[in-house]
Amino acid sequence: MSISKKIVDDFVANDVSFITTVPCKQLGGVIEECEARPEIYHIPSNKEDEGMGLCAGAFMGGKRPAIIMQNTAIGVTINTLVTLTQFYRMPLPMLISYRGELKEPVACQAEMAVHTKALLAQLNIPTYHFHKEADVEEFDAILKYTFMCNKPVAILTDATFWGGY
Amino acid sequence: MIRSEILREIAPILRPHLVVCNIGLPSQELHSIDDQPTNFYMLGTMGLASSIGLGVALAQDKTVISIDGDGSILTNMGTLPTIANNVADNFILLIVDNGSYGSTGDQPTYAGKLTSLTAVAKACGCENVVECQDVDTGKVLQEAIDSKKMTIIVCKCDSGNIKLPVITRDPVNIRDRFMEAVKA
Ligand SMILES: [Mg+2]
Repeated sequence: MSISKKIVDDFVANDVSFITTVPCKQLGGVIEECEARPEIYHIPSNKEDEGMGLCAGAFMGGKRPAIIMQNTAIGVTINTLVTLTQFYRMPLPMLISYRGELKEPVACQAEMAVHTKALLAQLNIPTYHFHKEADVEEFDAILKYTFMCNKPVAILTDATFWGGY
Repeated sequence: MIRSEILREIAPILRPHLVVCNIGLPSQELHSIDDQPTNFYMLGTMGLASSIGLGVALAQDKTVISIDGDGSILTNMGTLPTIANNVADNFILLIVDNGSYGSTGDQPTYAGKLTSLTAVAKACGCENVVECQDVDTGKVLQEAIDSKKMTIIVCKCDSGNIKLPVITRDPVNIRDRFMEAVKA
């Protein structure tokens, strides 16, 4: 089974039915899979903070949301994470492509990669790093944990995990 | 009319519906005029009232009205294409367009100069966009609710604020109370 299909299967099994995405080359397969599933309302966002607003609304409306984005988005969304998602105590699984790690061809991506974990730690956001393909086995438990504790939770997925960029 | 006068006039129309209210003075004004469990007050995060409201509308069937401002729409302009392309007929976006950043001291916005949010919303693909004058807001809002069609209302009004205390209700309480009202 492809990693993308396994990830989206886990979303569906955990009743995540509202997913917003901002694209990244590395996430193309998983975004396509979200679009293909009838159980999921896939709503592309123009910017990640907008997506987090949509997710906050969907959660209050009774759906389990998730956001799929690139790690550069951490730089865009700190205010939203702190004053909306965390301040109102809302769950938000964030499936993040961890650009700028090993096998990265674009130098600029490394600039944000070196700040990604430090920023997430500063924000007290539980953070998981998928590096080997088998790490995906934890995804189901991470989703359960997210909706148990009502926090934003980051899942960083690097190029090695995705089988090279 | 200034925003607080408009909110006072439309409060009875808003009361039975879910309302997502913009950060700062709009939320403080609505909170003091007619606090309801169906009101979600934004205490931070400028720009996201329309996104939050659309999310609520897409997730359930009750009518949702987002009360936004011209400054906040300019902050999150990407919201309009998302709204246009994800039609929720139980969603109304009411943009109180006073041409200024009210909560920060009425600095002028571009919407009060050359930029027409009505034209922007139409160009983004929103099908039902109504521009109205302050005095007609109640009538236009009621018509939009009754039409059961997603509608963007751009309400042109005067800038100006009244002095009000900040909202001290705990955010988790605001959110929980709102979610109970959604389910009721
Ligand atoms: Mg304004």
